[in-house]
Amino acid sequence: MKFALQRCCTTPTFLKQYESSTNAVLGKLGVALIDMKDFNCCGYPLKNFDFKAYLLSSARNLSLAEKENLNIMTFCNCCYGSLKHARHVLMEDDSLRKEMNVVLDKENLCYNNNVKVKHLLEVLYRDIGIDSIRDLISKKFKGLKIATHYGCHLLRPRKIMQFDNPFAPTLFDELVEITGAESVPWATKLECCGSPLYGVDDELSMDLMENKIIDAKKSGANYFCVACCYCQLQFDRVQKVMISKRNGNGHQKLPSILYTQLLGLCLGIDPDTLGINQNELDIGQIVKFLS
Amino acid sequence: MFFHASLYLSLIIFSIGLIYKVSTWFRYSFDEEIKRIGAFKRVSAALKGILMTVFSPKILLLIRVFILDVLIQGRLFKEDFLRWFMHMCLFWGFMSLLIVHSLDKLITSKLFTNYSSTLNPFLFLRNLFFVLILLGLGIAVYRRFFMKVPRLFSHMRDHFAIAILSLIMISGILLEGAKIVSYTKYQGMVEDYADTDESEALKNLESYWVENFGVVSPNVKGPFEATVLANGRELNETNCAACHSRPNWAFVSYGVSKAIKPVAAGLDRAGLTDFLWYVHFLACFIGLAYLPFSKMFHIFTSPLSLLANSVMDKEISDPTNITTRQIMELDACTHCGTCSLKCRVGICFEEIPNVNILPSEKLASVKALVAGKKLSDHELSRIQEGLYLCTNCTNCTVVCPVGINLQDLWFNVREAMLQKGYPELLTLSTLSFYRGLSRNGRGEQSYRKPIAIAKRALEEEFKLKDADNHTLNLTNIDTGFKKILGISNQGNTFSYCFTCKTCTVSCPVVRNFENPPKRLGLVPHQIIHAALLGVKDLIFSSDMLWLCLGCYQCQENCPQGVKVTDILYELKNMAMKHIKGGKTISIMREKS
Repeated sequence: MKFALQRCCTTPTFLKQYESSTNAVLGKLGVALIDMKDFNCCGYPLKNFDFKAYLLSSARNLSLAEKENLNIMTFCNCCYGSLKHARHVLMEDDSLRKEMNVVLDKENLCYNNNVKVKHLLEVLYRDIGIDSIRDLISKKFKGLKIATHYGCHLLRPRKIMQFDNPFAPTLFDELVEITGAESVPWATKLECCGSPLYGVDDELSMDLMENKIIDAKKSGANYFCVACCYCQLQFDRVQKVMISKRNGNGHQKLPSILYTQLLGLCLGIDPDTLGINQNELDIGQIVKFLS
Repeated sequence: MFFHASLYLSLIIFSIGLIYKVSTWFRYSFDEEIKRIGAFKRVSAALKGILMTVFSPKILLLIRVFILDVLIQGRLFKEDFLRWFMHMCLFWGFMSLLIVHSLDKLITSKLFTNYSSTLNPFLFLRNLFFVLILLGLGIAVYRRFFMKVPRLFSHMRDHFAIAILSLIMISGILLEGAKIVSYTKYQGMVEDYADTDESEALKNLESYWVENFGVVSPNVKGPFEATVLANGRELNETNCAACHSRPNWAFVSYGVSKAIKPVAAGLDRAGLTDFLWYVHFLACFIGLAYLPFSKMFHIFTSPLSLLANSVMDKEISDPTNITTRQIMELDACTHCGTCSLKCRVGICFEEIPNVNILPSEKLASVKALVAGKKLSDHELSRIQEGLYLCTNCTNCTVVCPVGINLQDLWFNVREAMLQKGYPELLTLSTLSFYRGLSRNGRGEQSYRKPIAIAKRALEEEFKLKDADNHTLNLTNIDTGFKKILGISNQGNTFSYCFTCKTCTVSCPVVRNFENPPKRLGLVPHQIIHAALLGVKDLIFSSDMLWLCLGCYQCQENCPQGVKVTDILYELKNMAMKHIKGGKTISIMREKS
């Protein structure tokens, strides 16, 4: 199994461990990720400013993957949402696709609707299969409670994402539970982490996150588990800032672990490769739940 | 005399230029605080930094970088083999020619006691180096003018570098070719060095040279008798051979001499060799004098950039030295375009025609900005926009063949510009996420300022929000408004809205406030309704639009299938374009 990897722009500076842990986990599961050196940003941040600039960014990556006869895999929800949305628009609107192809033609590229976009979780659940992964698990967590956080662009808009039921999804929970951890139900599970507003309105961004932390803790969760760069940065780096700023609130703290780190530990991958100690909020204690 | 006068003149201009350029590294700054420190203190900080590095284990790292990245140019090799090959040809060809030929009196003749420029291996080597440089130049011309490299721009500076180097090389090789056939040159040498003035003997020597050294003589013509050549050969051995190898070793210029042979006598009389000689050395001296101001200055600055970046760290190094390095880096750029090719938002230049999106062009603009060039409001806001349209993916820094830390440069310049009071609407987008994560140590006020300015720009532009009496100004209604909406393939779904407010109820931002309309202006269902009515000012000035997470809760929950989130995105697009295209930016600039 081979995929062109859409890397998220945030990973090289802030989240190297996501890439290293993904590579380690997928390597173990027999998936080859092709490093597309010419890929650009999926266009997610540009959506706020210029829709066509966003669309062109995604279209270019789709066309590059098409040229190599590959489907795209991404481990970031925002990249996933952007690429899949663009793919949908290009499929529905021939005139826009033609317009994008005129620009892409300058680099001898062309997109003809032949690429599928998959999220890491989808690859694990659908392409590899939950049973195959279960077979490879060597260690399991015991007594670990996880607040599974899906993230917006994995589920919504459902018409485009077609990932899982946007109101009652189970796919990610099932993946969490094969590690032996319990995926606890919690109130604001399907809501935004707040990251799109960090840097714009920090207080509001933190309010949204804080609500989620409070809810997850109420359900007895030990950790968040996420599969998106922005969500992870929000729950890790931004939460750290929040803890130092809102100390007075008496305070709630809930570290977040990337799904690839969680699964990697159960597959017997060494914590250093998974970058367990590279998170800002310490998640080292999680190994105590391993049996 | 003229040669020496022009040499010294060019050396003087070069030295003054060099001193001037280096001084700018310590005088210029985009950071006002560091500007206040003063050039003198910055020089001493730099010296201190250099000494501390040189006398530390880091010296080993410097040596490693010097060999791998400066001499072998490993960073370029990793990016692009063709360009690496091109630059290796140019770099090694040029450096070798500089040492073996240009500085022969200073270097080569000191190393080899019997040195003469017309002896082997020097004769051969000069031509070899010439071929290397010509090959490099050929690839450079091909790349700049024929190969369609996406987003590669060529400016005067790039053209000048290719032109001056080509002129030096081609005039040099033509000069050597012309000298081979020149009878005047031959005669001059005979007068100076021959130990006989017997005409028969000289005729023999001349015949030998015509036969074997390619001289075109008006007096003798082959074929020659064996005895004549034998005599000539003897004379050659005693008088000439100590300084002259056979010219066919100079394989390129020998070819040139063969080609011009039919017209050689005439050209020689017309003074071709003297003419080429003037062209050649004047081209060299012009290149030298202009070097500090031209792209060729990178000969000094690129290695400096590579070395400095290998040992400096923004967390540890003296911020004064970081700024000094960043100014120096502006001179290290070779405008090769790798960054723009590999920039992860570079492609959007095709839709947003602002060259400052592309790192290589952005750098040129930043250079003008730092040098204090008068820039219009429009130009300044374009630079700022280009600086903000960056996802901070580090690609430009990773691929830069001369190791410039572009990403940090953009960040620092951008921050300095934002503090000067230009409204940047992009600060209200997810592009600010990186700024938020990198706020370490920045004061609360300077951190919040750019966003406050952007919001004020919105208020200035869409004054409707200030209307306390809650009546709408009808002139602001745009009846065609709803027709323009729809570019994102979401068109017209908003007309299905029956104002059930589900979108507003499901919005996590709305839910976060006790009195949402007070804090957010219009809430989602009101925005949709306002869009139907065409009251765009009311929408654009609503905080709701700018605080939309893009989480798609509203859209997913809408019972009527209105693409609420997509419509909000599109409205945001319109507002940003409206402001960026309008006068507000200039007006606010004047006010600040």
